[in-house]
Amino acid sequence: MRHRKRTWIPGLLLISPSLILLAVFVYGLIGWTVDLSMQDRHNARPSKGFVGLDNYDKLFNNDINDRFTHSLMNLLVFTVVFIVGTIVLGLLWSLLLERGARAEGFFRTIYLFPMAVSFVASGVVWRWLMNPGQGENAGGINAVFEGLGLHFLEGPWWTDPDWGMAAMAMPAVWQLSGYVMALFLAGFRGIPDELREAAVVDGATTFQLYRRVLFPQLTPTILSALIVTGHMSMKMFDLIMSVSGAQWLTEVPAVYVWQTLLTRDYAKAAAISVFLLLVVAVVVVPYLVHVNRSEKRS
Amino acid sequence: MRLSRRMAVAAVAFGTLMATVACTSTEDPGTGTGTKDVEVFTWWADGGEKAGLDGLVAVFGTDCKDFKFVNGAVAGGAGSNAKQVLASRLQQGTPPDTFQAHAGAELSDYINDDQVQDLSAQYTEWGLTNAFPKGLIDNLTVDGKIYSVPANIHRANVLWGNKTVLAKAGITKDATTLDGFFADLDKLKASGVAAPLALGKDWTQQMLFEALLISKLGPEKFNALWNGTGDWTGADMTAAINDYKKLLTYTNKDRDTFDWTDAEKMLMDGKAAYQLMGDWEAADLDAKGFKDYSYSVFPGNGAVFQWLADSFVLPKGAKNAEGTKCWLKTVGSAAGQAEFNKKKGSIPARTDVPADGFPAYQQAAMNDWKTATQVPSCPHGSACAQTWQGAVGSAQGKFSTDGDVAALQAALASAAAEFGPKAK
Repeated sequence: MRHRKRTWIPGLLLISPSLILLAVFVYGLIGWTVDLSMQDRHNARPSKGFVGLDNYDKLFNNDINDRFTHSLMNLLVFTVVFIVGTIVLGLLWSLLLERGARAEGFFRTIYLFPMAVSFVASGVVWRWLMNPGQGENAGGINAVFEGLGLHFLEGPWWTDPDWGMAAMAMPAVWQLSGYVMALFLAGFRGIPDELREAAVVDGATTFQLYRRVLFPQLTPTILSALIVTGHMSMKMFDLIMSVSGAQWLTEVPAVYVWQTLLTRDYAKAAAISVFLLLVVAVVVVPYLVHVNRSEKRS
Repeated sequence: MRLSRRMAVAAVAFGTLMATVACTSTEDPGTGTGTKDVEVFTWWADGGEKAGLDGLVAVFGTDCKDFKFVNGAVAGGAGSNAKQVLASRLQQGTPPDTFQAHAGAELSDYINDDQVQDLSAQYTEWGLTNAFPKGLIDNLTVDGKIYSVPANIHRANVLWGNKTVLAKAGITKDATTLDGFFADLDKLKASGVAAPLALGKDWTQQMLFEALLISKLGPEKFNALWNGTGDWTGADMTAAINDYKKLLTYTNKDRDTFDWTDAEKMLMDGKAAYQLMGDWEAADLDAKGFKDYSYSVFPGNGAVFQWLADSFVLPKGAKNAEGTKCWLKTVGSAAGQAEFNKKKGSIPARTDVPADGFPAYQQAAMNDWKTATQVPSCPHGSACAQTWQGAVGSAQGKFSTDGDVAALQAALASAAAEFGPKAK
């Protein structure tokens, strides 16, 4: 009997390496960053002591040019365009394929392919496509419009103060809508055929079938897609760097952290990172809670 | 019995893993105490920069036979990769024997961190105090001490022109005043050049703004802006920003997408008539086989030489301080400066290096360097620390987008208040 009580010991020993690594290299570093963000450590000088939330206060109230709030606004625009774009396109494509199509595998590959390209590589290509320029210097998109005589559609793209950030989301939509399509396709395939058949027998039109039967069944998948694309956009760095090279106009918090690190203002960079972590947590934690609950139910 | 065996297996597995972790964390970084090696940390890994470094190494090889040069170059990112590596090595207390840093205020980060040593005594010993011009010595001195030896000088305030485009618009003489320059730009526009002044992104915009500030304020007031005694909020600054806004109307609208070489291409292709850029442009144009260029100091700058310099320092905790001093002596020597600068396309910081063997542009610049008034540059680190530079850069980037004069002036003033010398 005594033996059975001690069974937790070998278990603990077996998982302890992972626990220690996790504690030190994940949560330890997060803790260290939080600590750093509350130090007076300007311009890489040794810390002059604990200042509480001063660095955070500075970000919102005393940041030159209101650079941080500007980058947050940019992120918001990017996130909205990116999420709406990927979900609408992904849904559209999955609807085209969900009932089985000729050469379905081929089309699935076509839609998914952009995901295989790295953000940096696609950023370089989109940088050329969206280069505003004039004449020979014009990028691909403007050149096509010029060739077609559609001059009114030519634009400055990502250098436009009003639409720059939305333009910046285009490559991201291009790249990830295939992934969202795959999610939706799996969602559609997971709906039992009986439901569809029952609706048809009951005389539902195609619109009613999707509106009343299939889409409600798809809700968990849509939620996953929202969370995945949402937290991806929070961390968007490589794409923006390779398209615009970290310009004021398209700066997001992740890029601001990097710029701040380059000027060796570690405390400020830590404060931005921690704030970003909190925002991601606000998005992800409810989702994790939801997943845990539904797993327990099933 | 079964349980205890399982426990033993678990314990062994745990122990092995921890031992591995412990081994990797205490790994010796390979210090070379007592060595003759001098590790020279730079971001000069290819092109003219590498050639210049090789020239210095050759002189070091003959002048400092007791020591051995070890190349610690970190390539890429226009130096940003190297700066990150350097920052972490300094934090860990394992600095290279010497490292490259922009001379001037950018060094203040290292000085305030107590990471570099005072070289004032060596300046006297090696005769550098008289070999460098007084303006440079003043800019290098922090609280009476000098912490670095400049290897070269670059000039920032040079206006490059495409002779054919200028001739077509009837411009035969370089403008010497800002008003004259605006008149020329109008002529160029009238002759069909849509964007006569080619411009790139962030730091190239800062350079153009600074050149204009020198014209509007003069060298003394310009210097005062950076040493904490100047006024960023005054009416003359507002006027300068308004002129800068006007100047931007003559530039390419896609400037924020352009690197300096893209703007240079506009000049070479005849799509622009002018570009303001540092004098590394001469070497670049020559290398690209473009001969049809003219150069002059930015209109209204007069006899002002806006300088930037690469320099070397002696970090605290350098393993081979003696060898490093020999390296620094080589860097500061007339022979070392001649070898380095002929190859890199810059000019010696010393004024006593013979001009023979230097290309025409460099000979002219060497002459100016002896007589002109020296002012530093913020985007190149001689006028301001990196944090300040970052704040000015973002303010300039914002202005390129929205053209809000009051906002730019307010941002520049608060950047100076937060990161300038007064804040120390």
